[in-house]
Amino acid sequence: MSFPLLTATAAIPAVGAVATAAMPAARRSAAKWLALAFALATLGLAAAQLVRFDPGSGRAFQLTESHAWIADFGVRYQLGVDGIAVALIGLTAVLVPFVILAGWHDADVLEGAEPNRRWRPTQGFFALILLVEAMVVMAFEATDVFLFYLFFEAMLVPMYFLIGGFGDRAGQRPEQEAADRRSHAAVKFLLYNLAGGLIMLAAVIGLYAVTAGQLGHGTFSLTEIVQARAAGRLQLATTTERALFLGFFFAFAVKAPLWPLHTWLPGAMGESTAPVAVLITAVVDKVGTFAMLRFCLQLFPAASKWATPVIVVLALVSILYGALLAVAQRDIKRLIAYASISHFGFIILGVFAMTTQGQSGATLYMVNHGISTAALMLIAGFLISRRGSRLIADYGGVQKVAPVLAGTFLVAGLATLSLPGLAPFVSEFLVLVGTFSRYPVAGGIATLGIVLAALYVLVLYQRTMTGPLKEPVRAMPDLRVRELAVVAPLIALLLFLGVYPKPLTRIVNPAVEHTMSQVSRTDPRPDVPLTDAEVAK
Amino acid sequence: MENLIGLLVLVPLLGAAVLLCGGRRLDRIGPWLGTLLAAASFVIGVVLFAGLLGRSADDRTLRVTVFQWVPVGGFRADIGFQLDQLSMTFVLLITGVGSLIHLYSIGYMAHDARPRRFFGYLNLFLAAMLLLVTANNYLLLYAGWEGVGLASYLLIGFWQHKPSAATAAKKAFLVNRVGDMGLSIAIMLLFTTFGTFAFQPVLAGADRTGEGRLTAIALLLLLAACGKSAQVPLQSWLGDAMEGPTPVSALIHAATMVTAGVYLITRSGPLFEGAPDAQLAVVTVGAVTLLFGAIVGCAKDDIKKALAGSTMSQIGYMVLAAGLGPIGYVFGIMHLVTHGFFKAGLFLGAGSVMHGMNDEVDMRRYGGLRKYMPVTFITFGLGYLAIIGFPGLSGFFSKDKIIEAAFAKGGTEGWILGGAALLGAAITAYYMTRVMLLTFFGEERWRKPPSPQEPSAEPAAHTGELPHPHESPKVMTIPMVVLALGSVLAGGLFSVNDAFVKWLEPVTGHSEGHSPVSAAAVTGATLAVLVLGVALAWAQYGRAPVPVVPPRGSVLTRLARRDLGQDDFNHVVLVRGGGQLTRGLVEIDHKLVDGLVHGTAVSVGGLSGLLRRLQNGYARSYAVSMFGGAAVLIAATLLMRAV
Repeated sequence: MSFPLLTATAAIPAVGAVATAAMPAARRSAAKWLALAFALATLGLAAAQLVRFDPGSGRAFQLTESHAWIADFGVRYQLGVDGIAVALIGLTAVLVPFVILAGWHDADVLEGAEPNRRWRPTQGFFALILLVEAMVVMAFEATDVFLFYLFFEAMLVPMYFLIGGFGDRAGQRPEQEAADRRSHAAVKFLLYNLAGGLIMLAAVIGLYAVTAGQLGHGTFSLTEIVQARAAGRLQLATTTERALFLGFFFAFAVKAPLWPLHTWLPGAMGESTAPVAVLITAVVDKVGTFAMLRFCLQLFPAASKWATPVIVVLALVSILYGALLAVAQRDIKRLIAYASISHFGFIILGVFAMTTQGQSGATLYMVNHGISTAALMLIAGFLISRRGSRLIADYGGVQKVAPVLAGTFLVAGLATLSLPGLAPFVSEFLVLVGTFSRYPVAGGIATLGIVLAALYVLVLYQRTMTGPLKEPVRAMPDLRVRELAVVAPLIALLLFLGVYPKPLTRIVNPAVEHTMSQVSRTDPRPDVPLTDAEVAK
Repeated sequence: MENLIGLLVLVPLLGAAVLLCGGRRLDRIGPWLGTLLAAASFVIGVVLFAGLLGRSADDRTLRVTVFQWVPVGGFRADIGFQLDQLSMTFVLLITGVGSLIHLYSIGYMAHDARPRRFFGYLNLFLAAMLLLVTANNYLLLYAGWEGVGLASYLLIGFWQHKPSAATAAKKAFLVNRVGDMGLSIAIMLLFTTFGTFAFQPVLAGADRTGEGRLTAIALLLLLAACGKSAQVPLQSWLGDAMEGPTPVSALIHAATMVTAGVYLITRSGPLFEGAPDAQLAVVTVGAVTLLFGAIVGCAKDDIKKALAGSTMSQIGYMVLAAGLGPIGYVFGIMHLVTHGFFKAGLFLGAGSVMHGMNDEVDMRRYGGLRKYMPVTFITFGLGYLAIIGFPGLSGFFSKDKIIEAAFAKGGTEGWILGGAALLGAAITAYYMTRVMLLTFFGEERWRKPPSPQEPSAEPAAHTGELPHPHESPKVMTIPMVVLALGSVLAGGLFSVNDAFVKWLEPVTGHSEGHSPVSAAAVTGATLAVLVLGVALAWAQYGRAPVPVVPPRGSVLTRLARRDLGQDDFNHVVLVRGGGQLTRGLVEIDHKLVDGLVHGTAVSVGGLSGLLRRLQNGYARSYAVSMFGGAAVLIAATLLMRAV
């Protein structure tokens, strides 16, 4: 038996979480380094996945592992990755070390605050981050619906504690009030996602009941169900399929989040520390959009097509609504949260446009949005930690005293508004063109998003970074070495993937073509195809 | 040979990277390094030009694909270049004028705290602009298109500590993004129509495509052109863009970037030719803007804003020419090149005047400067003669041809367009004479101490000290002299044996049209309106003394000072209306959407007790126990099924 690479990629951060949590109270610094080491080891394993993955193999899932788990109940420990999963595992593994590095001092304030503490905040903080990573990786790898569901839900627990326990200490509010707001945001996060999860659970059980009835044995295996449906051994009545689809989709739409289920996100991102906010929007939320591609479309192709018109409209609303609300925000982190809602609208639009460009674009969008939002949010976090305020109005003229911070913030902002040359442009344009070729009106309306994105990004930059220097920021230091070590690689990645996205498209394209064939859709043909003579020229 | 095209773009891009990331060590050599790299790309341009000239006229297109940029299914975007006579013309203009302006900036920005960054941005602009004109497909053109927008944003806002500069920069980017939206959708439409957006196959396939589809594509491209080239209705950003340092105004907002719209239309010629309605829209935009800009230019007291109005107006001529189709393309581009010389020269002259006048921009505080700045006076004067179309100078040849072509469109349209172009020529002569007289002739009004009620575009300039006008250093005057030479000679040289027409014809095509009026009549009329315009300005600003405080003026004057109300409209509808919309949405999001989702959850799930708990301190434990409950539920279900 070959080395279980997928299990290892999820197990290493899990082991890291335990090891970090087990560090004695006094060894805080060592705990941080240990967590970072495990995150880097995970990155190494993710890189190994990328190397071992063969995009030309023609197999839907690779590096597969399969073991009976709860045999009586048809639950298998079944892992496998396609190009989409490899790309997103790569994103997660790349981001977590930066999240750890950016949050290096985020738990320090708690250490001083509770002298006779019963817990170790530093160890806890970094252990929880690694735990989230392990669960997210598992969710990307699981090809058994039940296994996926387990980790999809389980990751809420560490996230809940990260949001509620280690909030943003921006300092302008009394600590008690801040704590209340934090716990409110954390509970809201949990309730929304639990509600989604419970509905999905019903659908998961429903799916089991159907398979048990028709195949003679219940199964949660994605591959087995898809094969059985293709062979005609498993047939879902239209109503059943639609109901099951909605159950799954609801959970993913909460997590993604899609309008109108988005209202938990701004609070959760605003109240948590910047690295945790990155974990929410760049990593955990991606499981939602990823699962739409993998589970909704592949398990329920007919119902997916049936629901497409409504979902396209909701995605459009998300794009415009999120962007308009971002324009009106006075809090930097909430602004970024609403911008993310707009971007998730683009991703979902791309998934349900059901074109190669749309779905490849959506997958690239998940990766690129992860990187660009991480850069923007982490730099915003560095800014906020200097001034102790999240309010845009408390800043002004920062570029004069901290030109590197301002410059990198601008580049991250330009990535957020999808400037060509930076990675998000490629994915946004693919989503737009993919949507346009199937739904011209929707594609045209979505393009309005590029104007609104320019508005919220440039207004944010202008108000914080330009103009006369405000007194409280006069002594603000520029980026430190640790901070630069977080920012520089992310920006380098944005530039690289903007100019040369082929390493990503190479692994993503075959997976998207597979998904397209699962839903039996083909790209629209050009209206005036070129003649052979023109192609030859 | 082909590989040189990539290098052309890469050299200034490298310069930008080095200068922007290089740190303080490069502060001292930065300006020279930037200038050197600009000059290097000019040299590469000249080598390529020589190479093209060595080939036969119908074989002057170089093509190279460097690598696949975005390959997804049927969608294929390449990093690929195409250099033909049209691109080559732009390359020489961009790198030539660009190098001169780099050189000028060494003097102009000598006292700035961050010259390294300035030159980095200028290099970035060159790279993006060269990418725009050498790309072989619309998506890569779009990358250059937004790239120059970014460079423009950075350079308009170069003095970021001034809120007005930061606001102007943002405005320019936003207005341009509206145009860019047009270009985006046009590219999508090209893709769904042809399955590709590379120039060659798209332009070849245009004649097999329905008129409706072509009209849609062409109108979207026109929207893009309006944004970038500051044409009505997207012109409002150009006046504010004058907040940028003057060399920027000369290079980006006069000679090169703002002409990108004309490039786009000319490049997409076959798409427009199949869509007469869209062409009509193009000529209408051109004619309206050439009058709009000219009228605004008459009312401005800020020398740079007067010149900005003029730029808008002159680009209006080019757009008009481009909308005429093969009768006009060549002359539109010819005017674009001659305009590049004289308008860049005029802006550099204005910068030289400001340099010697404590950065004062109000022409009412100039006067009689010809004695103090002889080189500036002569070079500016030659640029002035060129732009008003003085016989024998550059503008005379190119503008005259456009007016002729407008008449040649035929029918009522031809008369209207030709008439508008003639009227524009009269106004051009008027406002440029006004600028000339206010600046270099008449009373030395800068000797009067400023009065407190005096409005000035540049309050910071009033340090209380009276200016000591002086000529600028050689590093600034040399580029001005070179550009003045171009303003004098280019038009004539291009017209010898119809050299320019013959050069461009293989790419753009050319036809003479049938003008209802003879060429001589057009030239006569042009000269007549020129004299009229100059005489009118002389009567107003030459004979009578000019008040330092501007008179109230007629309704039209006051409206023109406010850019004919465009900004007021934007403010009321977009800024204030938009603000109300977003604030309203915040309320809706908070109360309605959040509330509704909550409410649904409450009524469906019976979670009201839970939500009440949310308000008290037990929320955390409750949530955890709820998760625990869910886990128990799952386990129980599983167990039951298993048994």
